[in-house]
Amino acid sequence: MPASTEKGFSRRAFLQGGALLMVFTLVPASRRVLADTEVDTLGTVVLAPDLPGSLRTNPYLDAWIKIGSDGITVYTGKVELGTGVKTALLQIAAERLEVSPGSIRFLTADTALTPNEGYTAGSHSIFDSGTALFNAAAQVRQLLLESAGRTWRLDPSILKTHDAVIQAPSGQKMTYADAVAGVELHQYAKADSPLMPISDFKLIGHSLPRLDIPAKVSGGAAFIQDIRLPGMLHARVIRPPRPSASLERFDSELIRSMPGVLEVVHDGNYLAVVAHDEWQAIKAMRKGYELAQWNGGDPVPESSTIHELLTRLPAKRYPISHEGGSLKGSGARFQARVTKQYLMHGSIGPSCSVAWFKEGLLTVWTHTQGVYPLRAGIAEMLGLPLEKVRCIHTEGSGCYGHNGADDAAADAALIAMRLPGQPIRVQWMREQENLWEPYSSAMLTQLDAGLDGQGRLEDWSYELWTTPHNERIVNAGRLIPARLLAYPFVSAPSIPIAQPEGDGDRNAVPLYTVGSTRIDMNFVTDMPFRTSAMRSLGAHINIYAIEACIDELARQSGSDPVAFRLTHLTDPRARAVIEQTRDAFGWPQRPATPGTGIGFAFARYKNIMGYCAIAVQVYVHPQTQVIEVERVVTAVDVGQIVNPDGLRNQVEGGIVQSMSWTLYEAVSYNAEGVRSYDWSGYPILRFPQLPSHVDVHMLDQPGQPFLGAAEIVQGPMAAALGNAVADATGRRRLNLPLGRAVEEA
Amino acid sequence: MTRRSLWLAAALMVVVFGGVSAFLLMWRPAIEPVELPQHFDSEQLLRGARVVEAGDCAVCHTRPGGKYLAGGLGLVTPFGTLYSTNITPDPDTGIGRWSLPAFERAMRQGISRDGHFLYPAFPYVHYSRMTDEDIRDAYMYLISGPGVHAPATPNQMNFPMNIRPLVSFWNLLFLHSDRITALPDKSQTWNRGKYLVEGAGHCAGCHTPLNALGAEKSGQSLAGGVVDGWEAPSLRGMSSGPRPWTSEQLVGYLRAQVVPNHGTPAGPMRPVSLGLARLPLADVEAIADYLLSLQAPAATRSKESSKMTPIAAQQAAGLALFQGSCAGCHAPGAAMRTIDARPGLEQTSALHATSPRNFLKTVMEGIAPVPGMPGPVMPAFSASLSDDQLEALAAYLREQTQPDEPWTDLSSTIHDLRQEAK
Amino acid sequence: MTTTTLHVNGSAHTLDIDPDMPLLYALRNHLGLNGAKYGCGLGQCGACTVLLDDKPVFSCLTPCSGMEGRKIRTVESLGSAEQPGPLQQAFIDTQAAQCGYCIAGMIMRAQALLEQEPHPGEEAILAHMAPNLCRCGTHLRILEAIRHVSKDGVKHAG
Repeated sequence: MPASTEKGFSRRAFLQGGALLMVFTLVPASRRVLADTEVDTLGTVVLAPDLPGSLRTNPYLDAWIKIGSDGITVYTGKVELGTGVKTALLQIAAERLEVSPGSIRFLTADTALTPNEGYTAGSHSIFDSGTALFNAAAQVRQLLLESAGRTWRLDPSILKTHDAVIQAPSGQKMTYADAVAGVELHQYAKADSPLMPISDFKLIGHSLPRLDIPAKVSGGAAFIQDIRLPGMLHARVIRPPRPSASLERFDSELIRSMPGVLEVVHDGNYLAVVAHDEWQAIKAMRKGYELAQWNGGDPVPESSTIHELLTRLPAKRYPISHEGGSLKGSGARFQARVTKQYLMHGSIGPSCSVAWFKEGLLTVWTHTQGVYPLRAGIAEMLGLPLEKVRCIHTEGSGCYGHNGADDAAADAALIAMRLPGQPIRVQWMREQENLWEPYSSAMLTQLDAGLDGQGRLEDWSYELWTTPHNERIVNAGRLIPARLLAYPFVSAPSIPIAQPEGDGDRNAVPLYTVGSTRIDMNFVTDMPFRTSAMRSLGAHINIYAIEACIDELARQSGSDPVAFRLTHLTDPRARAVIEQTRDAFGWPQRPATPGTGIGFAFARYKNIMGYCAIAVQVYVHPQTQVIEVERVVTAVDVGQIVNPDGLRNQVEGGIVQSMSWTLYEAVSYNAEGVRSYDWSGYPILRFPQLPSHVDVHMLDQPGQPFLGAAEIVQGPMAAALGNAVADATGRRRLNLPLGRAVEEA
Repeated sequence: MTRRSLWLAAALMVVVFGGVSAFLLMWRPAIEPVELPQHFDSEQLLRGARVVEAGDCAVCHTRPGGKYLAGGLGLVTPFGTLYSTNITPDPDTGIGRWSLPAFERAMRQGISRDGHFLYPAFPYVHYSRMTDEDIRDAYMYLISGPGVHAPATPNQMNFPMNIRPLVSFWNLLFLHSDRITALPDKSQTWNRGKYLVEGAGHCAGCHTPLNALGAEKSGQSLAGGVVDGWEAPSLRGMSSGPRPWTSEQLVGYLRAQVVPNHGTPAGPMRPVSLGLARLPLADVEAIADYLLSLQAPAATRSKESSKMTPIAAQQAAGLALFQGSCAGCHAPGAAMRTIDARPGLEQTSALHATSPRNFLKTVMEGIAPVPGMPGPVMPAFSASLSDDQLEALAAYLREQTQPDEPWTDLSSTIHDLRQEAK
Repeated sequence: MTTTTLHVNGSAHTLDIDPDMPLLYALRNHLGLNGAKYGCGLGQCGACTVLLDDKPVFSCLTPCSGMEGRKIRTVESLGSAEQPGPLQQAFIDTQAAQCGYCIAGMIMRAQALLEQEPHPGEEAILAHMAPNLCRCGTHLRILEAIRHVSKDGVKHAG
């Protein structure tokens, strides 16, 4: 573990009893890891605290790897969300089993087969599952070698393996399948795994092409939407115009008489139609929307006053960091009020699920991020024992967090119970996804920071208001369909993810060396809109605010913003990504064209995961105020790189996605309702708005822990854009999205 | 001198005189290039920005995907295709060497700085009526912007209109540069509206029928025209007739919103309305005030009811097309209707218009999104619907909307629109 | 239900379907073709893009009726996972997908451009691709894949 990280933690308040460091290493960790992370919301049980990665919660080797006459099967409790993690995990397992990736049957989350690794979220997959596989695979291989050694009466250390075959110096051979006969894999993993020199890595650190792409470019059955089961029926749901509206009148019989309609589900405020053909189901659904009469419902706030409203709603106040004295700096000061609006995950494919209740067992194919928590939620909703529900992950469209996937699965499950024996496919419509997915919370943050006489950060005060970022499925009430039933379930109380991972307060603590901190979170539990996890949670706005402040203080004190950052950072890996970005960008060079601006930003995700520094050059048209992103240069450090091209792909995607959030996106609503029911009301980046040049530098750290990549860019990219726009225009924009500033003016 | 030589001399004099006159008529001097000022008054730039917005400069002088005001948009006229010019202050390819007098001459007389005649697609017949202050503010705004190097795209004008000096004769006939004067018996708002409509806004440029020479027909100002295949409806009598506009509806419409009973602007009016949305609300209200005061021409519409029995098969096909292609947004239960309270299609002006052009054009071309901004959008159907399908859909929706006045020219209009799109 | 004939990827299919059914549902549910995806059903995202008489259309809003003599092509017509066509191969080579939900639609829209204009300029590519949305931010790689083919040339398929 890098010494600087320890230093980073030394001033971190250990607020929670027993909350320990998120330490992780490729070799077994010497410290325990907090179970209360984003992925462990359901409370996966830590059985073996001294084991690395997800072996802590799933310590048996055969939970991960099975070897038989039918070949090698490797399991992960994580799922492919479109980040390429399945390929990367396979690389790790194959590397350590010393077999070719093609010889492995690789299965992702399925409650009947795979370990329970909680949620696939928070850039944890390589961190948790990758680490588990890295160790488990090596230990399994070692056990096989020992088995062969016993058979041959040879010292296992002289045996070699090639393509799942063990070879003795004499030329004797034994397949893994034969060797496994003499091994009990149902045993706890050990703390120590066989070492493997980094120079021997043939797969880790190499760009293995993604396994899933050929099918996706050629119309193969690649997504949950492509499942076709024999006799499968098509369902559509009919949702109220707003949460808590009650159904006054509905003519089920009229819908039932429509061509092809087999069933109309009406249970309290829950409505769904089932038909033989998908198009017939859609027409029945449309008729249903036309006929259903609703009353009341939760009032929708005004978007213009939402941030003020957040400060007045019931909230719990959480101290995040209170370090140092109360001395105020005598030098430059910066105070700001920074806001963001609700954002949507906006998956391109609306949520979908297939459920089949057959012979007492309910099987649900779902693109959830967590099959085990979902299973528990569905079982509770339906009153079924856990073992009578099986959730199988099947890829959906990219979700970027908690979208409609779980709710759609609950829809399918509910409907399937009404039509036993027949598979039911539920596909949400675009407007259903946009209106019913949990949003990323609108947030307000207030910052006040000052420098001392020597130009060093002296005092840092930061307060934020947010609604929850982690309304995962901890009970049936977290599933929308369950709330609509005649006997509705109620959502469990909201609890924030603790530091250091953080919730709305993720990355609220600056990594910079600061004299004193007063950082607090107001966790608003009364949600004007249901909110939950979306990539980077609060880090997007927190990093935006922190980096704007750093920029302003540097400017006021006459320092170069990059040099100012370096002055306040001791972690060599943090410094390295900043220096690499600075040099690759040629900071602070830029064209003299009026309207051109450059901006820099840095963050270490959650202060414990991947490092990212970004420099951007923008052009803000002096007349139209339209923002064009001309150049983006970034350097990232995510520890040992598993798949360089996969990492680059994630970083590029993060740049583009964060740019879209930061420049263009906001859920549009007023007292009349949510207007962002489709892409016309929720515009996102399109091709012509792309950055002209993007340059990604990856700082590999061979042998260092895997740190995860999918969310490291979101905050820094937003912040660099904000700083560049301020540089270009001389005016700092503190309300996101930046591209709407003209409209506001 | 013999009679013959006298005749000859006279003829020569006529030729010389004619030649001199023609020369004087067709020749304009260049105006000396200047260095542009480097400092600007921010208040003046703000005023100038509004004039430029009201004048729709960017609508023609920015091509899709192109740089702001750098020109290059093709304008198809009966006389050939023109390309808008670069009006950024680039010294070589834009107006970066233009003095204010050069700019004002262009705005009032249609003469470029180097002395060549501009084609009247550039609406100097209207701009000529603006105040000196507005022209000066617009000039300052334009030259304050970033210069873009964008050489002009050569025009493709047919003979004889490819001979620019001939425009001088056109000007002789049609350029009457009287300033707009306020009428004391009218409100300030009304006068402001009139000024914007007749001056910078040059509404008549599209909404007035053109004669054979491409000039607005006299006496028929704002009585309706056709532009880019779209019908620019008459702006006279909007407050009366079967579907009168309220002020609120018209203001909303002019600001690119979706309004009850009429819908939202499409086609060439879309960018115009998006520009108007950036003007102060009071200016748009003034435009609406003035437009609503215009009376319909005395001749009432002698529309004979030509009720025909709708063709059942075509109506059934139209309904099916509506279900498959339109209902996702436009059905009564669709989110756009129930949540956004958008009007049903039967309320849109396009379905009530005498001509099916605008309905068909909207279906064929759709409404493009404004990058990064929420607002109405519609996909284009020209590639996905056949001529027969367009006809069936139009006939069906017209029957739902105006059963007494079916469109009888659908087939030929669709044919024309397909031809025009080529 | 009426009998409708569709010419998809070079063969004629006679289907007994509702006359108002959009092409997307016929392709997916009645012909078993996965390429065209449901994304919005509103013609706003392009996930369902297919070629109709060589032009890209939103199959979610394209009627199945009136298809006599019209040629429909889906991403399946360009090649298979085992034998990808040039544009599909370029998407594989550049690893131009994250979740990949939008990709089949992207490929079909790009295919239409490259058949029309084998060497499009950067601005033309951006403008042409504008109707199709990607949420993962894979745009840069999609462009790279299109450029690959624009350099090497794409053969007319089907």
